[in-house]
Amino acid sequence: MNPRRGSAGIETGVTRAEVCAVACAELWRGAGEIMVSPFGTIPALGARLARLSFAPDIVLTDGEAALMANAPAVSSGRDAMVREAWMPYRRVFDVVWSGRRHVMMMASQIDRYGNQNLSCIGDWAKPRAQLIGVRGAPGNSVNHPTSYWVPNHSTRTFVERVDMVCGVGYDRAAAAGPAATRFHDVRAVVSNLGAFDFAGPDHQMRLVSVHPGVTADDVVAATGFELTIPDVVPESRLPTVDELSLLRDVLDPARRRDKELS
Amino acid sequence: MTDKRASLEDVVGELRDGMTVGFGGWGSRRKPMAAVRAILRSGLRDLTIVSYGGPDVGLLCAAGRVRGVVYGFVTLDSIALDPHFRRARQQGTVQSTEVDVGMFYLGLLAAAQRVPFLPTRAGLGSDVMRVNPGLRTVRSPYDDEEELVAMPALRLDAAFVHANRADTHGNGQMLGPDPFFDDLFLGAARRRFLTAERVVEPGKLLEEGPIQAITVTRLSTDAVVEAPGGAHFTSCEPDYGRDEALQSLYAKAGADPEGDAWRSFDERFLQVDESGYQAAVREAAASTGPEEIR
Repeated sequence: MNPRRGSAGIETGVTRAEVCAVACAELWRGAGEIMVSPFGTIPALGARLARLSFAPDIVLTDGEAALMANAPAVSSGRDAMVREAWMPYRRVFDVVWSGRRHVMMMASQIDRYGNQNLSCIGDWAKPRAQLIGVRGAPGNSVNHPTSYWVPNHSTRTFVERVDMVCGVGYDRAAAAGPAATRFHDVRAVVSNLGAFDFAGPDHQMRLVSVHPGVTADDVVAATGFELTIPDVVPESRLPTVDELSLLRDVLDPARRRDKELS
Repeated sequence: MTDKRASLEDVVGELRDGMTVGFGGWGSRRKPMAAVRAILRSGLRDLTIVSYGGPDVGLLCAAGRVRGVVYGFVTLDSIALDPHFRRARQQGTVQSTEVDVGMFYLGLLAAAQRVPFLPTRAGLGSDVMRVNPGLRTVRSPYDDEEELVAMPALRLDAAFVHANRADTHGNGQMLGPDPFFDDLFLGAARRRFLTAERVVEPGKLLEEGPIQAITVTRLSTDAVVEAPGGAHFTSCEPDYGRDEALQSLYAKAGADPEGDAWRSFDERFLQVDESGYQAAVREAAASTGPEEIR
């Protein structure tokens, strides 16, 4: 069976996408009054799930220039969003540099120390594939908690060395000195196969849990560097009945979550 | 007081080969596209484009107007990547300066404030330092002694921004949700050009929207151009949303610059003057049915 397409929790009917959304949501449990900026459908679902359950104070944006007082479905238009305050891009930088934010960005490549790339593949001077650019990853990663979402876990995304360090990992932050490490906090990675933190030796990436239907060996085979694997690897938790109902009936009735894992 | 109204040709006529030119907006939102189109029609060469990049960057690259690009990203928002910019990067035909979007902001701010640099944590430890070997760090002169990135001023020879409304004196009003960094682009530039959906008499902007939306003042504009549809096909809320159909056509056709689709797009939408562009857009909207253009 291809672990990337495994249908998790057949007994309960819970899908891999739903497990991933809960794994993302867990990153913000009890986070308090910080701005949570999720990139991607499943992180957005996770953030809204957290907001409606165990992280009621987190602050979400409407994806444009406002903070939302509610957490509508990810497929809903702007009409469904209740705006509570103004947050144009310039003020987002105030928040980033204040530290009151936890971003979950995507990563085209990520390495064992949490260095992330979304700029280009190949030599930066003349890349094989130009991607979107470094965006805010350098600043985010040295200013506030930063996590990553990788919907296509493979040896092409989990690599020995990223082609362009955008988000700064633990080794690079340490080499850059105290100003870089002071607020550096690369927190977690969630992929379609499992959840990870950086509690390995020297802050190397460690497997925290595998999603139902995935084994630690599957994860190792899909990872291009040596992961820290604990003796016992638990399964990522399933959504509760209430969470499933929020995910399916309130936050994503259009089932956008499934498209991100196809 | 000075009436600063001018034509697109007037203001683009002030540009010279090799200049560094900033464009306001963000991604595929409220880009000064009428000005970009006028530059496409000009014979200008070797420009360095400074932009929170969208189709402005791609179009100028495709037309061979560009020597360098200063950017933190280039995206079409609803379409992740711009095909022309990708090609220019992958073929190595443009010189690139890629920085964190916050560094970019501080570069404009430093230029507007006439200081040589502003300090920031952003960039530390990242390959932004590697690919920009000219970037320097600076040590805090205070007890903390933190060593931060010294983001140099991004000084512009000229800047273009597009507003929903302007008055004849060059005050500009942004009626959409985000004023972006347009005031800083103007502040960072030696020659400062404002285009707008509509230009009204001085003192009449408050009839159009709230005073807080007037984020550009005449202190920072040299000329104002009335350009209805001047951000099209990017969004210009609340006057119009992004023309997703045309943007999609642009992106698909742009995938092959030698192909018939791009030749046709170029002839239809770019090898025409601004009124010709707007007419082609109306025609395209009529032929594709209910897709709202404006």
